[in-house]
Amino acid sequence: MPQFDPTFFAPQLVWLAITFTLLYLLMSTVALPRIGEVLEERQRKIQDNLDKALALKTEAEAAIASYEKALAESRAKAQEMLRETQDRLSKQAEQRQKEVSARLAEQIQAGEVRIQAVKEQAMASVRDVALEIAEATAQRLTGQAPARASLDAAVAGAMKE
Amino acid sequence: MANPIEQFEIRPLVPMEVAGVNVSFTNSSLLMVAAVVLITVFLTVGMRHRSLVPGRWQSMAEMSYEFVANMLRDNVGSEGRKYFPFIFTLFMFVLFGNLLGMIPFSFTFTSHTIVTFALAAFVFIMVTIIGFARHGTHYLRMFFPHGAPLVTAVILVPIELISYLSRPFSLAVRLSANMTVGHIMLKVVAGFVPIGILGILPLGFLAGITILEFGIALLQAYVFTILSCIYLNDAINMH
Repeated sequence: MPQFDPTFFAPQLVWLAITFTLLYLLMSTVALPRIGEVLEERQRKIQDNLDKALALKTEAEAAIASYEKALAESRAKAQEMLRETQDRLSKQAEQRQKEVSARLAEQIQAGEVRIQAVKEQAMASVRDVALEIAEATAQRLTGQAPARASLDAAVAGAMKE
Repeated sequence: MANPIEQFEIRPLVPMEVAGVNVSFTNSSLLMVAAVVLITVFLTVGMRHRSLVPGRWQSMAEMSYEFVANMLRDNVGSEGRKYFPFIFTLFMFVLFGNLLGMIPFSFTFTSHTIVTFALAAFVFIMVTIIGFARHGTHYLRMFFPHGAPLVTAVILVPIELISYLSRPFSLAVRLSANMTVGHIMLKVVAGFVPIGILGILPLGFLAGITILEFGIALLQAYVFTILSCIYLNDAINMH
């Protein structure tokens, strides 16, 4: 077999040494650093983008949190305002009711007083009318005017009944 | 039928002699130079765009880089980082030597035991030097496992020593024998093809084992490299 022929051992070993060394130098100085750079650059880019995405995510979460906080605050404020307004309105209504009822009571009282006065006046005029009627009636029947005192007594007696 | 051994013959293309040593440029040398040129072109031209999103060619160049880098990291760890150019060169050189041999009428320089032995011996010597440089005489612990009873040293030390010293031989012979046998088989089967219409059967078989040989070309380059990594790991981390 040619594998065991020592004639060509020397040239094979020499050329192996030359080519292998050359390849080693080419790989270690040119080819591998270039590939390594590209891979590193890609890794860096990917990491960069991931970092950026993470930053944006936290930012978005912070924005959501602050938005929700603002929402809750304004809701609480609205509640507060609603309660205050309700309080004020009910107080006002109470006040108004009190005033109105006071005025009404006053008016009722005044009315009652007037009614009383009118009633007294009416009663008084009823007596006068009765006296006149009695006087006229007695004059027609008897032909003479009756005594004032007896008329008074008779009318007072009739009104007492 | 052509002689199946003929394909392994070394033919001087440019006879040369330096200081009494035959340094002729042979068909073997031609294929070695071709491997160096092709590997360099494959890696540098493939990476010329330095694309962030690689094309097919750049992907293949990156894949070969990452394949060897992962092999080295998995077997040796981060300490093996500085030997990466060497291991990568070893892998690509053997791989292209195997694959170029698959071209009809070319030559497989990895089928010559003297070449693979030179590579294996270089790995062996390098690894041994690294081992002694890192661990001093403690590296001799390699030949006697921890926890074994002292009496067993009489048997264990010679066994470990022989297994250690036989590494370059097994590494070299495994590769060259695989390449030689594969190519002889291809040639022998091919010799049966021109027998008429029935020659279609050996032709089909030939197609099958050609695919197999491509697989073996890849696998043997991988085996050669990973064993070198394992030996390197022994020297750096010990076991």
